[in-house]
Amino acid sequence: MSRVWHVQPCWDDANKPFTLATQNLTPSRLKAMDRSPNLLDQALGLHDGESTRSARVVLIEDCVETSAAFVLHHLIKRSLSPLSSAAVIFVAFSQPFSHYDRILRKMGCNLVALRDNKRFTFLDMLTLECPGENQPAFLCSLSDEDAGKICKGGVLELYGKIQKSVEVSLLPGGSRSITILIDDIFLMEVAAKGSSSHVLDFLHYCRTLTTEFGCSLVVLNHEDIYSSVERPTLILQMEYIAEVIIKAEPLATGFARDVHGQLTVINKGNSDRLSLQNKMCSFHFRVRGNSVEYFYPGSRT
Amino acid sequence: MAASKTRSSSFSRHISVLPTPQIPGIKYGPNGTIFVSSGIPDLDRILGGGFPLGSLVMVMEDIEAPHHMLLLRNFMSQGLVHNQPLLYGSPSREPRAFLGTLPTPVLSKDDKSRDHETEQEKGLRIAWQYRKYFGEHQQNFEGQRDGKPEYCNEFDLQKPLERHYISSQNIDCISLQGSTNLSSFRDRCSTFLAQLPRYDGNITCAGRIAIQSLYTPQCEYSNMEWEMLSFLRSLKNMVRSSNVVAVITFPPSLVSPSFSKRWQHLADTLLSVRAIPDEDKELANLLTGYQDMVGLLSVHKVTQCNTQVPVFLEATTFSIKLKKRRSLVLECLNQAPIDGSSGSSYATSGSCSGSSKTGKLDF
Repeated sequence: MSRVWHVQPCWDDANKPFTLATQNLTPSRLKAMDRSPNLLDQALGLHDGESTRSARVVLIEDCVETSAAFVLHHLIKRSLSPLSSAAVIFVAFSQPFSHYDRILRKMGCNLVALRDNKRFTFLDMLTLECPGENQPAFLCSLSDEDAGKICKGGVLELYGKIQKSVEVSLLPGGSRSITILIDDIFLMEVAAKGSSSHVLDFLHYCRTLTTEFGCSLVVLNHEDIYSSVERPTLILQMEYIAEVIIKAEPLATGFARDVHGQLTVINKGNSDRLSLQNKMCSFHFRVRGNSVEYFYPGSRT
Repeated sequence: MAASKTRSSSFSRHISVLPTPQIPGIKYGPNGTIFVSSGIPDLDRILGGGFPLGSLVMVMEDIEAPHHMLLLRNFMSQGLVHNQPLLYGSPSREPRAFLGTLPTPVLSKDDKSRDHETEQEKGLRIAWQYRKYFGEHQQNFEGQRDGKPEYCNEFDLQKPLERHYISSQNIDCISLQGSTNLSSFRDRCSTFLAQLPRYDGNITCAGRIAIQSLYTPQCEYSNMEWEMLSFLRSLKNMVRSSNVVAVITFPPSLVSPSFSKRWQHLADTLLSVRAIPDEDKELANLLTGYQDMVGLLSVHKVTQCNTQVPVFLEATTFSIKLKKRRSLVLECLNQAPIDGSSGSSYATSGSCSGSSKTGKLDF
């Protein structure tokens, strides 16, 4: 468990350290913060509006006590901002469209309109059963191997859907950046009846999309599930392929009313750029209905 | 603009403007949620209104004590009092027999006296001549008391529920014993849920599902962990698209730690109950009112429906007490004053002090 005082200074591009004083949040500053990039964007390397490509694979980890769903909401909102032309493909395992629509509407982003504009694709996988639901009786008579094949079929079908939507949302020039978000890998594992190898295969397929079409892949999973497993292949491999890992944890010191938890962002950097050192930042956050406040520990009065 | 069915504005109406629903036992909450009562007034208050319709509530059992049954009984009784359909699944062979042990609501005569007490227990010292204003306000707050059934009753654990509630048609009982296949149970759930589909803004009735001790050895579901998770996932999805709350109790120690975590992630609202040992001297010194406690209830997770804002409670652990050996009360833990120094109490919150009238210091 990392603690609040593990904070390293975060360097921005001009190689100028942030001093904590600049993060002193008076109400007027807070308002300015809304428009200026926040700590999370800076840590993700999204803060400069230039064409620096964002990370290819982002892994978000959370736990029972602290949900990191707000990071997904933030990334949806960012990619769908009116300034950019980026498209989002959202694979939902945990919540229905109405839930996300309601939240994003509060954040000033109309998913229904964007869906009509073909910038937002919502794949509802709430009822996905990897051995297809229509043949359960037939399945009972199958051996494990055959069942495994069918399970793989369900996952492949989903991949096919994603690939198709990527191709649909690509602009002719291929200039559009596409983000694929998967809101809960854990539920996908449940849908695949616990065969993590199928889930991993799926993720590797999706990863090929990132190189082929220049998409980025954002995946949410729960870290605490695997804490008692001896060799948790799934999460370890996911952490390995991720360029950025975002971890949400509760405060080590217990609950606080105005601090909802701590985010740790580990930016491994992409392989094209030579960077020998991981950039790691951690800061506190407070989730509000229409935004999230990020701040360094102790920088708020 | 967008389709005409969905509102395209980012402003949503403030909830308090909404009219109170005609159906008893239903309350509107923020973000378009609709609550039904848990059957324990204090738990409703703690959770901000009750259990939201369409959510999956899980209670982690203490395998050494049947405290989860207290929650389950009150939840079921409350539903029957409001004439809501109920599906009850249990590992016992005769699940219908359990209905005979459900508690009955406290009569309104007792209710008045309760009001009086809670008012005194608030810990506020109010001069007697202002009492009448206080009482008036409370009556307004509690709302339509006369005529209609209340949103939330207090239950008398000593008296069984009247027969006419139990013999009503819309109770479905399932024994989970001996069935090695979850699909039949899933089918029963889905036929039950099909009666109560969700239409936006138009509720005719709310239903309840209570499942006791899922995944106990009697159910013969052991080494079916993934099937069980997949059952829970599909139940959660079915419940979400209907006007039903499902409460499931399960013993977390019978599954492996990583599966227990998975179960917890599937829950929308996660509670746990714990018994407290009889002769724990250390704890007795630490907490006030230790003698009256029967157990502890912890709130781990509260449903985040249509919002990203997590619910942070004042305290997460509450003591379960029986008032007059009859009705369930939940209270914040109060740290007992240590001789000499009275400060540094973490879990106290002013509103719940004064619960012990046995001459402790009154802050």
